[in-house]
Amino acid sequence: MKKFLKITAIVLALALVACFAACGGNTEPEETEAPAAETKVLTMATNAEFPPYEYKEGDGYKGIDVEIAEAIAAKLGMELKIEDIAFDSIIPGVQTGKYDMGMAGLTVTDERLEKVNFSDSYATGIQSVIIKEGSDIKSLDDLVGKKIGVQTTTTGDIYATDEFGEENITRYDNGAVAVQALIAGKVDCVIIDNAPAKSYVDANEGLAILDTDYAVEDYAICFAKDNAQLQADVNKALGELIADGTVQTIIEKYIPVEDAAAAE
Amino acid sequence: MTEFIEELKFVFLDDNRYKLLVEGFFNTLKITAGALLIGVVIGIVVAAIRSSYDKNKETMKLRGGIGYRVLAVINAICKVYLTVIRGTPVVVQLMICYFIVFVSAQDGVPVAIFAFGINSGAYVAEIFRAGIMSIDNGQFEAGRSLGFNYFQTMRYIIIPQMFKAVLPTLCNEFIALIKETSVAGYVGVSDLTKSGNVIAGRTFEYFIPLLTVAAIYLIIVSLLTSLVGKLERRLRKSER
Repeated sequence: MKKFLKITAIVLALALVACFAACGGNTEPEETEAPAAETKVLTMATNAEFPPYEYKEGDGYKGIDVEIAEAIAAKLGMELKIEDIAFDSIIPGVQTGKYDMGMAGLTVTDERLEKVNFSDSYATGIQSVIIKEGSDIKSLDDLVGKKIGVQTTTTGDIYATDEFGEENITRYDNGAVAVQALIAGKVDCVIIDNAPAKSYVDANEGLAILDTDYAVEDYAICFAKDNAQLQADVNKALGELIADGTVQTIIEKYIPVEDAAAAE
Repeated sequence: MTEFIEELKFVFLDDNRYKLLVEGFFNTLKITAGALLIGVVIGIVVAAIRSSYDKNKETMKLRGGIGYRVLAVINAICKVYLTVIRGTPVVVQLMICYFIVFVSAQDGVPVAIFAFGINSGAYVAEIFRAGIMSIDNGQFEAGRSLGFNYFQTMRYIIIPQMFKAVLPTLCNEFIALIKETSVAGYVGVSDLTKSGNVIAGRTFEYFIPLLTVAAIYLIIVSLLTSLVGKLERRLRKSER
């Protein structure tokens, strides 16, 4: 009886492994080829918790990235389909071809360039530090040894971890939770992109943005390495949209002019 | 093969990323062990109250007096606790604990231990109660007729038999608890799952970190299962 059980267990384990192996082998080529080729749907992966670049309103998605993506899709004669996923799943998803492109206020970094290709930059982002009003943090130097809240694997997370050390970083799934933790006093500051930082500070009393910017960076759209054609097409469309001022109009619609001037 | 080893090196050794996993592993263990302890304590208390009430309510009602009313009130409180805890998702309970109940708590780990402990207690309580109720009433009557009082009968006759009966179900609940702690990342705790996610997010390699995390959970659960299996076998020695 015991022997029988053992054999059954081994057979089951092997079946499970075979099953995994089969899945791993099959899905990749299928998914890379299917969407672009037949239906002309442009799938965009984003994380819609990043106002004003992307956020949910009612049933749909809104924001700078969403409108720019719609304009690009219209230029290319494709239909835009938005997939709202976790921020840290965007690049792997694009890499495996699950999504055609990723657009979520993504900053171009060397590490990311090793995995995906980026379009030309369409906006400038700034990493800001949100603090409580009356906090003893007056400059970036005061951040040393403080508890810093970030959104998992954003550039803010990566820079801050490298600079201030793993033990001082608390990672939250999205910016709103990180800001909530700041309000509750669980962290001393939150490092996040400038535009959402402004939205959060406007929405919550008693918060302020540190005058000094933490880091300046370029936002761009990411594509799989083997999807150079789409990258070229999107770059062309994006170039036209920047030239005719559409991109600027969209950005100004969400970020009032005086703020945008400060951001530049 | 060398490529795979290079990858492993990149994922785990660069920037000392394996330390994240080690930290996550210990945080998961801490949360699970603490929650288990709290859960069992709450479970025993609640199960004792609920089953005492169920077993004795007729006789106590006839006898009347304050004792019956007190027990009825405590029983009702326990029922509310079970309904609320079993009726809401553990993630929501965890967020409520972190952002509303323990607003001033800086470290997420104790909050997670508390939240998962309270959550687990509700399930453990029902498991224990089922065990107590499943023991034949004849055992109870025999104990009482031999001169044991109510608590002695419980302590020496009912509970030992009950424990043996509920052990497999209890083990089930513990396994579920270990895996449930994977949502602790929601409140900024770097548990095993969160660490895997952070490594994946920084290296953009999902394959290795996710499978490693899965393997570690599997090992923890297998160890627990084999320990409980040994305990079961020892308890069974008294049979026959």
